[in-house]
Amino acid sequence: MDAITQNLDLFWSGFLRSLTLCLWGAVGSLIVGTIIAICRVAPVAPLRTFGTAWVTIIRNCPLTVVLFMFAFGLPEIGVNADYFAFGLAALIIYTSAFVCEGLRSGINSVSAGQAEAARAIGLTFTQSLTQIVLPQAFRTSIPPVGSVIIAMMKNSAVVGAFGVGRDLFSVSESLTSAQGYAALPVLTGVALGYLLITLPAGLGLGVLERRVAIAR
Amino acid sequence: MSSSSVLYDAPGPRARRRAAVSGAIATLVVLMLMGLVVKRLADQGQFAGNLWDPILDPSDESFPLVWRLIGQGVLATLTAAVLAITFSLVIGGVVGVARMMLGSRQRMPIVGLIELLRGLPVVITIYFASRVLPELGVDLSGMPGGAGLWFLVIGLTAYNCVIIAEIIRAGVSSLPGGQREAALAVGLTPGATMRLVLLPQAVRVMLPALISQLVVILKDTSLAAVLGLYTELLRQGNLIALNLKNPIQILSVVAVIFILINYSLSRLATWAEQRSVRKAQSKRIKRVPGEFG
Repeated sequence: MDAITQNLDLFWSGFLRSLTLCLWGAVGSLIVGTIIAICRVAPVAPLRTFGTAWVTIIRNCPLTVVLFMFAFGLPEIGVNADYFAFGLAALIIYTSAFVCEGLRSGINSVSAGQAEAARAIGLTFTQSLTQIVLPQAFRTSIPPVGSVIIAMMKNSAVVGAFGVGRDLFSVSESLTSAQGYAALPVLTGVALGYLLITLPAGLGLGVLERRVAIAR
Repeated sequence: MSSSSVLYDAPGPRARRRAAVSGAIATLVVLMLMGLVVKRLADQGQFAGNLWDPILDPSDESFPLVWRLIGQGVLATLTAAVLAITFSLVIGGVVGVARMMLGSRQRMPIVGLIELLRGLPVVITIYFASRVLPELGVDLSGMPGGAGLWFLVIGLTAYNCVIIAEIIRAGVSSLPGGQREAALAVGLTPGATMRLVLLPQAVRVMLPALISQLVVILKDTSLAAVLGLYTELLRQGNLIALNLKNPIQILSVVAVIFILINYSLSRLATWAEQRSVRKAQSKRIKRVPGEFG
């Protein structure tokens, strides 16, 4: 266990770096995912086509391919950024498709009578969406979107493995490869770090679910 | 709400005009964005023949080699996926059934293992396998396909078998309780109840979730490229791109191949889901939600 106790500060900074990646990723993918979800239910056909294409393409493409596209493809057309930005962008784009599907399943679960009532009292599309349907849809969407976000936190390790630098995964790599520590204790430390992010997130999600649960 | 059209009225003449106008604007915006991307690509010379010829022009000297390498990559990806899927299904089935059949005390270690592995990123379990197994003296270099393939398969199996165990458990617990009670009442042993009555019905309910998990496994084989373990499709593509200096073009081909394979698998899942929804409506069986990877 020396590998962990001697490098506690390294693990701690790696943990914070991973946490940062997770938090920005969660915020970004929720925003982008919501926009795509609105496109997918919009009354404007081209927007629906755009949303459907986005989801179909990105859901079926591995995160690693998206990541390689960003990191190796974008510099070719003159877009340069550090790997952290590329990794974060790829993570957000990839997760947004799944967030969109989670939200859409929520919108589909709002009973038709709600939207019909909203229309009957004369609300427009925007009004009935923002005031009647989405507030209910968000509640139903919490379990699926929450598990998407937790999966995204685990996927952030892929971005780390790709070489964002100084996150939990990079710590394990530099300790085992460069400094020659045994892999088992180091990786146990890294695993604990990720569990420290995903398990509380899962518990928090459970609490949130019970809080906003509505009887239908 | 079954279709999004409930959100807005059947359009009248004014709404239809408005929809046409906003539709035209939206089309224009989307096209403009695409145009910007295309222009950027063109400005940077990404449509130049020397970048695309090795992929598109059969008379190019690299053409046969590029496609042979890509073919090998596809084969390597499918090999890893099939192995990981088979092991995950078998081990996951055993773990899932064991969790359901053991008493609450005896299943503690299994529940612990499931929760632990579910909380870990799959890239970590693969990395773990590739680093810790050699340290423990496990030598896989003699296995067919090389050690990298087996590290990938072991890492993928470790993660996905517990997911599949949970899908199976959810499938069985979605069945009406009377099924199990009736089977036990007619004198079947618990094992026979599971094998003959519960599992065959549960498989139908959980088929869509299982198929989407298979898509996840197939996508996750490309993690080997990030770790540099095994030359599957993505790593093969990356190696080609390093030689030909055309990452955008080769990666597009890789992406299209992945999308085609996964999209057909997803269609299969949707088809199975529609079938199970029809059955579920007649039998009032809850569906099992899928997992995302």
